[in-house]
Amino acid sequence: MTNLEFTPLVFGISAVAGCLGALTGLGGGVVVTPALTLLLGVDIRYAIGASLVSVIATSSGAASAYVREGYSNIRIGMFLEIATTLGALLGAFLATRTPTAILSVIFGLVLLHAAWQSSRGRRHDEKSKQPDPLAERFKLNGSYPSAEGPRKYQVDRVKTGFSLMFGAGTLSGLLGIGSGALKVIAMDQAMHVPFKVSTTTSNFMIGVTAAASAGIYLSRGYIEPGLAMPVMLGVLTGSLIGARQLIGAKVRVLRWIFAAVVGVMAIEMILTGVKAKL
Amino acid sequence: MAAPSNPWTDQRLEVIISVLLRTGVVIAAAVVLLGGICFLSRHGHEQPEYHVFHGAPEIYRSVSGVIHAAGPSNCPAVIQLGLLLLILTPVTRVAFSLVGFALERDRIYVELTSIVLVILIYSLAGPHANGAR
Repeated sequence: MTNLEFTPLVFGISAVAGCLGALTGLGGGVVVTPALTLLLGVDIRYAIGASLVSVIATSSGAASAYVREGYSNIRIGMFLEIATTLGALLGAFLATRTPTAILSVIFGLVLLHAAWQSSRGRRHDEKSKQPDPLAERFKLNGSYPSAEGPRKYQVDRVKTGFSLMFGAGTLSGLLGIGSGALKVIAMDQAMHVPFKVSTTTSNFMIGVTAAASAGIYLSRGYIEPGLAMPVMLGVLTGSLIGARQLIGAKVRVLRWIFAAVVGVMAIEMILTGVKAKL
Repeated sequence: MAAPSNPWTDQRLEVIISVLLRTGVVIAAAVVLLGGICFLSRHGHEQPEYHVFHGAPEIYRSVSGVIHAAGPSNCPAVIQLGLLLLILTPVTRVAFSLVGFALERDRIYVELTSIVLVILIYSLAGPHANGAR
């Protein structure tokens, strides 16, 4: 296959991944890497390099809108980015030392979690019970726009959230994904940040987290221009289309389709890893 | 929180960040697209080899290498330059936040933001970035 055939194919696959990622809120990165490795036989290291770059594009694009609307909490984001960027450095260094078969299996497990999360749908906010004094100290409590005007919220379990964010960063650097799902869990479920604030702040943080591992990926030659170009442009285009369709789409049906696709990919990734190891 | 007389508020910072992120992505995507068209017109009939990992060529692995190589004669380097601009977008966002928090006289957040900025600069310019393995 020549570049003239390969590039449009990669662009198309990436656009579908980006569109699905935006529609389900799970991000395109988690789908694009298995699609490239399983369908086109791309080495997983080139795939995660290209995926990581595309993650920066989509998250920055989406964050631009959310920040302006006042949903993202830039202080929570900034504070937790210390944990995610440190994790991302660790993850990227680990990625260069982990055999690709093991990377493939870990990726499969993360996909299984994404499939499960997607089929389950969104959870409702829990109310904060014991405000954390650390939240006060780091000015994490905030408010977000709602139909009845600005609604205030308090943040708790800051330390738990911070530790989970370190884990999310490590996974992001290891696999070249945004790991938005884990970031949302850390804020929504551990810190009791309202769901809408959690998802938009997660989006805001993904770009910075990915940038922290991108430097290491670049120096190791994971970012191959000929491949990263159609992946980045494809995922970005797909996510823009997906974001526009969000209101009209039948989200429930879509979530199930997405869960099924991701579930199959998860099993394929695990099998690929296991076979390579035998 | 900012004093009432201080014109620098979180809201103002949010608007600047929003514009910055969008501009960064648009410019980066435009440069990548330009490099991509150039790449396909020059190397369109070559066979890509991404199923075996060799690592991108040395000149595409560092900020200085890419900047020196990028030009009409080296299309992949133009793509790589666009990707670097994309990577720098969130880094610039953090740098602007640092300035914003300083103008808000928010000492804790100046410190927290500085830590993140140092981590990001280390990733892009640390000892591993100079070809050291």
